[in-house]
Amino acid sequence: MTGTQTVLVTGVGRHVGARVAAVLAADPGIRVIGVDTVPPTSPERVGRAGRDGGAQLQFAQVDLRSPDITRVIAARDIDTVVHMSLLSGPARSRSAMKEHNVIGTLQLLAACQRSDTVRRVVVRSTTAVYGSSPLDPAVFTEASEPAEPPSSGYGKDAVEVEGFVRGFARRRPDVAVTTLRFANLMGPGVDSPLTRYFTQPVLPTVFGFDPRLQFVHEDDAVEALRRAATEDHPGTFNAAGAGVLLLSQCVRRAGRPTLPVPGPAFRLLGELARGLDRLDFSPEQVALMSYGRAVDSSLLFAELGWTFGYDTASAYADFLRARGLTENLPLAVFDTVAGLVR
Amino acid sequence: MKELPELLAFLRRRIAGDYDVDEFGYDAELTDTVLLELLRPIYRHWFRVETSGLEHLPADGALIVANHAGTLPFDGLMLQVAVHDEAHRPVRLLAADLVYRLPVLGHLSRKTGHTLACREDADRLLRKGELVGVFPEGFKGVGKPYSQRYRLQRFGRGGFVASAMRAGVPIVPCAIVGAEEIYPKIGDFPLLARALGLPYLPVTPFFPWLGPLGLIPLPSKWLIEFGEPIKTTPGDADDPMTVFNITDQIRETIQHQLDALRDRRGPAFG
Repeated sequence: MTGTQTVLVTGVGRHVGARVAAVLAADPGIRVIGVDTVPPTSPERVGRAGRDGGAQLQFAQVDLRSPDITRVIAARDIDTVVHMSLLSGPARSRSAMKEHNVIGTLQLLAACQRSDTVRRVVVRSTTAVYGSSPLDPAVFTEASEPAEPPSSGYGKDAVEVEGFVRGFARRRPDVAVTTLRFANLMGPGVDSPLTRYFTQPVLPTVFGFDPRLQFVHEDDAVEALRRAATEDHPGTFNAAGAGVLLLSQCVRRAGRPTLPVPGPAFRLLGELARGLDRLDFSPEQVALMSYGRAVDSSLLFAELGWTFGYDTASAYADFLRARGLTENLPLAVFDTVAGLVR
Repeated sequence: MKELPELLAFLRRRIAGDYDVDEFGYDAELTDTVLLELLRPIYRHWFRVETSGLEHLPADGALIVANHAGTLPFDGLMLQVAVHDEAHRPVRLLAADLVYRLPVLGHLSRKTGHTLACREDADRLLRKGELVGVFPEGFKGVGKPYSQRYRLQRFGRGGFVASAMRAGVPIVPCAIVGAEEIYPKIGDFPLLARALGLPYLPVTPFFPWLGPLGLIPLPSKWLIEFGEPIKTTPGDADDPMTVFNITDQIRETIQHQLDALRDRRGPAFG
């Protein structure tokens, strides 16, 4: 390593952003500037970052939509930018979420393009860019063209963001640009529409559909982002744990009852739940819950020379364990009855 | 049926979700234990299927190309039982997108190992050394009128041949005799079919006149024959003329097989 690296991490106000900032700051050769609209929420995590990294981690409250970010990048000699502030969940409103995701990225990339010091940009994207439809191949590679690209929500934001990132990479060929398309994150600290879904007492499902789901464990996501931030790995890569779980397998492993509802009713239920601020059954979420999605991450593993420690199934198992969702009533009943039969 | 402890262990795995599906959603345990078990009586006793030419199935990846008939795709299911029970391998069929739009059918199709007929999925399965089955006539074949039985329809654009070439696997022509007679299609409701988003809505001597009873397939006698494999070379996939020629060659081979097999069988309901 030559001298000190200065990394700007966006989205440190949330769990994975804070973890990536902390793990980077733990490296004595790296200085980390964390930015977000809100300070890191979890004091425990900031404390840990402070203990591990000491003064190496500084937080700056910046709204990416404002030109302030240009000043931050110019003033601090940033050489690496890790952009992970894309919001997937329902923000205050859809338009606020879109503005945060799309305008925020535009501002950030505009600032990077002006900078003479930025040498590396890492963007956390999502496999939601592939959408979810019955016309899609079973397994997406990075080169696959989705049959029906997402037309709304998080997925569409991510498609637009990736478009800006490609444009930036074209205009600044001297900057190594890495885009990581993560599958749904799973793990003890992850709070997403999908993790909230799995902790409901009864799980509504779309009648007649059993989607294939893929997860990536938060530890693996953090490590993949760390590697992308500290080594040059230009390109766009899928990042999902190996294998798939069917939704029916997920609910059985959690021992949860399901409530199959016809597609249109599922959407209505989603609207109601959104009113309660519990769940997100946006159209793209309903499509995922119907048709599922799987991606091939072998390109990423070959590029990094490293493979995720968790596959889809073990990432999900770790999530269940951490949330204490280990009591499987149907299985207990079965074992009792089976004991009598034997 | 299985021994009781074995059955209990199976049920416990199912309740706990403790089984594997592959990335296409193929649930081998459910398919072998439950779904194929439901099809076996139909295969053995209703259609009395006789399968020949199994020695032509190679040990690793290959593309099985078969004729398609019968209004409802029973031929796909019977082909699956034949390959599974007689060659002891799963066959991964490529199905129309309509299947994946429909509730229940879509996920059952994935669980039994099938996937969407698209270039990516075909390439991926063949590269993994799977036995992939395809019906290149598609709806033109399965939905053709009874008067055109055993006359092969047009074979798409030859995409399946190019997939086999890219993977460098042989193509096994397969003739299925018997499916043509299960629902003799003598008419169609094109307007109603279009309103329902279906490729056709058939009229048979028994459907829709007898209601659900008309959905019972007629017990025709079936023969399935695998022909000699046709080798492919990877470089040819980019040469459209070679792809067309091989597509034609396969189509003619299957037509000849069909004619010979039909003669051998004699009357459909004998």
